[in-house]
Amino acid sequence: MLSAAVILGGLAVALAALLVSAERLLPRRGDELTERIERLLPRIQCAQCGYPGCRPYAAAVASGAADINLCPPGGEQTVRRLAELLGREPLPLDTSRGTASLERVAEIDEDACIGCNLCARACPVDAIVGIPQALHGVIRAYCTGCELCLPPCPVDCISMVPRGA
Amino acid sequence: MQFETAPAPHAPPAVSVPQVMRRVLVALLPAAVVHSGFFGWGLMINFAAAAVTALLAEAAVLRLRGRGTRRALRDGSALVTAALLVFAIPPLVPIWIPMLGAAAAVVLGKHLYGGLGRNVFNPAMVGYVVLLVSFPVEMTQWLPPRMGDIDYRYLTFPEHLNYALGGILPPELTVDALTRATPLDLVKEGVRGGSSFAQIRTSSLFGDFGGRGWEWINNFIALGGLYLLYTNTIRWHIPVAVLAGLLGPALLFNLIDAERFAPASFHLFSGATILGAFFIATDPVSAATTDRGRLVYGAAIGVLTYAIRTWGGYPDGFAFAVLLMNAAVPLIDRYTRGHIYGHRRG
Amino acid sequence: MELEYTLERKLTGGIRLLANKTQSTATGIRRGFVPRQVVLALKQHRGSPAVPVVAVGDEVRKGQLVAAPGSPPSAAVHASTSGRVRAIEERTVPGGKGLERSLCVVVEADGLDQPADLAPPGWPATREERLRVLRDGGLAGLGGAVFPTADKLAVSGECKALIVNGAECEPYISCDDMLMREAAPEIVAGALAMADLLGAPLCIMAVERDKPRAIEALAAAARAVGDPRLRLAEVRTVYPAGGERQLIELLTGEEVPSGGYPIDIGYVCQNVGTAYALARWLDAGEPLIARVVTVTGKGVRQPQNVLAPLGTPFAELVALCGGYTDDVARLVVGGSMMGYAVPDDDLPVTKAVNCIFAAGADEVRADEDEWPCIRCGDCASACPAGLLPQELLSAAEAHDMEDLDALGLFDCIECGCCDVVCPSQIRLTERFRVAKREYALHEERERFAAETEARVKRREQRRADAERREAEIRQALKEAVRHDPESGRKAIEEAVRRARERREQGREPD
Repeated sequence: MLSAAVILGGLAVALAALLVSAERLLPRRGDELTERIERLLPRIQCAQCGYPGCRPYAAAVASGAADINLCPPGGEQTVRRLAELLGREPLPLDTSRGTASLERVAEIDEDACIGCNLCARACPVDAIVGIPQALHGVIRAYCTGCELCLPPCPVDCISMVPRGA
Repeated sequence: MQFETAPAPHAPPAVSVPQVMRRVLVALLPAAVVHSGFFGWGLMINFAAAAVTALLAEAAVLRLRGRGTRRALRDGSALVTAALLVFAIPPLVPIWIPMLGAAAAVVLGKHLYGGLGRNVFNPAMVGYVVLLVSFPVEMTQWLPPRMGDIDYRYLTFPEHLNYALGGILPPELTVDALTRATPLDLVKEGVRGGSSFAQIRTSSLFGDFGGRGWEWINNFIALGGLYLLYTNTIRWHIPVAVLAGLLGPALLFNLIDAERFAPASFHLFSGATILGAFFIATDPVSAATTDRGRLVYGAAIGVLTYAIRTWGGYPDGFAFAVLLMNAAVPLIDRYTRGHIYGHRRG
Repeated sequence: MELEYTLERKLTGGIRLLANKTQSTATGIRRGFVPRQVVLALKQHRGSPAVPVVAVGDEVRKGQLVAAPGSPPSAAVHASTSGRVRAIEERTVPGGKGLERSLCVVVEADGLDQPADLAPPGWPATREERLRVLRDGGLAGLGGAVFPTADKLAVSGECKALIVNGAECEPYISCDDMLMREAAPEIVAGALAMADLLGAPLCIMAVERDKPRAIEALAAAARAVGDPRLRLAEVRTVYPAGGERQLIELLTGEEVPSGGYPIDIGYVCQNVGTAYALARWLDAGEPLIARVVTVTGKGVRQPQNVLAPLGTPFAELVALCGGYTDDVARLVVGGSMMGYAVPDDDLPVTKAVNCIFAAGADEVRADEDEWPCIRCGDCASACPAGLLPQELLSAAEAHDMEDLDALGLFDCIECGCCDVVCPSQIRLTERFRVAKREYALHEERERFAAETEARVKRREQRRADAERREAEIRQALKEAVRHDPESGRKAIEEAVRRARERREQGREPD
């Protein structure tokens, strides 16, 4: 009886010590979680989540500082996958910061564009080309649908259209 | 003319889960009849208790998990678990033993992992081991076979039922007087006590190879196993590997020292060897899935069983060997993935 | 080596299936059918569509060219009966793996079936010329994949053997079997012409052992020709022995590399029907305008094989075979394993249609629930690609793209063996089809994400560089002014002038 208690107790202490030292000594793998979260994001760097890019947002989610529903281009599916990965409850998508979607691209109304170049400067992926005082155009294959070009336009000539159209 | 469409293939499936389970039950039937012939009504009483409990436990857990019960209860998997469990339980036990075992098998062994298809461990063996470690006395009191020449008072059906339900035996009898050790027990104790195998096997409980009566039951279990092989319900890899893994070392050690190590034929016909090789280790859910993996898995079970029987604390070790190897299955499967057509070999 | 030989080599995986072929082989191939209308798809082969050379209102005759081959791979399309072009419009037509949209020449038949003046095209001396002849004949693989024959034979690399595929393993289909029985000499002639083109020293005709009459006919035809290149191999009856990769494994024990083609290991496969069509074209000048179609299943009254003019509507063909029975539950193009179900019978026969399977209710799987996977591994034993379907299933359910790739998702040939043997009756093949689409989408997204990230980085770098340059200039100016106010002012003026110039040229830095 006594020997059993000693053996089991000893085992428990020894294993606990092993676990604690492993936790202390082995390299932290926090980055790995950030990376896995980032891989679930669309990685189009649209910054609509309020963070400057996808990786900062992923880091914020990993540390628990940000909710998992802030990525409009990722949509409900990304929220669901993040919830699955992190074991959190899926939240409804937060669209208060934007409704960007990978399925849509920006289109410039040719008649209204005044060539101010402000949209091209706002585009994070160089998808808008044009010289000042001349009509600007969107390279559809580059456009991520992040909608960052909409607010700067002084004549509201940019609209979002389905990617396929 | 308009038609409804569905994805290919259109050919109907050749087999279903209930069909597979039904085949396993059918395969066990002859052995169950022979078992009853040698040991009386115990197996049938235990099976009835275990089956009802298993079904009730399954229904209860499914309800708790918010799943549909109808389809799951009809798949027959609970009945197979109950059947395998009662073959491992001594015939003369209080009725709550098979009931508890079946409940443990279904709840702990199966549904805690997510139900059919998700259990890591063989449910029947989980139930058996729970019983074995919790009630070592009840689980090791076996009956001698009705062989005519053994001087023994056999219980009638009402007497047996009385004991199972209420623990009441006819006044002149006690449990100790009724039950005997198994040949595996005798060998284990005998070798420990310094007797040679030749001396031990002079006991009237021994037949030509293993335990009397059990030899015949094992023959019929093997027959059921062949039926499963014939119907493609199981594949040959696991049974062959288990038997090779057990008999290989048995032959070797018997050659080294026939006094202390029982012959291979004894191991083949004793304990859970045949039942295990054909029915328990082959449980698809908890076994390895690749052909090479099955060989590794089966062989390891055989070797472990021999080791536990010979050097361990229990007379038979099949259940422990299976559970240990169940835990190793994901690893085995990972490292025995086969060759994909058109990819470089090696 | 003997002409005839038997191979006992086994396939990786594969299953035995009820052949269900005798329903349609009781009578010979029905010939001479003239439909009321034909819908000639201009894209009834893989590759680019043929280009129409007729206009609405034109009279066409049987065998007349209606569309010339497009840019390779492509093949010509000919009128399959005589009549008047009523429309040239886009329609839904059966392709190799499913329904497709294609421009079609719709011909209102006059019922006279008047042939055009047909003359054999001749067999020119050069390879290029010969390939052109094949394209002009409209020849495409009739085994179901409809790859233009000319382009398939235009392979570079040494060809060890031409394999003529008579291993018709798919249940219910018997068109190749019947053709081998009835037209073995033409098949042999066509096969030898292909072997000529490839420069192949061997021409192996492979037939499953359950077609003894086809084997007998081919053997007799081959003996009559006496060409030393000819071989006739009897292979095991197993599904899917007729798959190109599986047949090569059965015949040679070699494997076509993943993602590669048979020619990578020195083989070219051609269907027996294609060989027949080639012989008809070379000998009689009859282009590919008809093909043998098996019309079968409990859903049709008189199952049989019909030599159907291309473009014949399914409905007409079924009517020819006695019409539908009350039991008809599903209409499938192809057999019960790899065929695809179609929503209606208003579809034309194309070069891809080897079988119209009007399935009775008990010939198709019921729409029942699945049980959970019990990891029995039967699917892995049945898989001819050597995959582990049960592991693929869990990877697909977890959307684990890396694992799907490692487990060989794209080596799945969608033969359906795993579905048939699965006791849990899980629709594995369909899951894998969905997983393949999901994977392609995932790859596309990954590529887009990587490119986007690179663009964002380049832009940030550009901005940082510009800022740095500006700061440097500013710093330099400050320094200059401090050391030498006079030349400093000059430098500032110079900079302002440069900036103005730049602005006038419209080259403002962002």
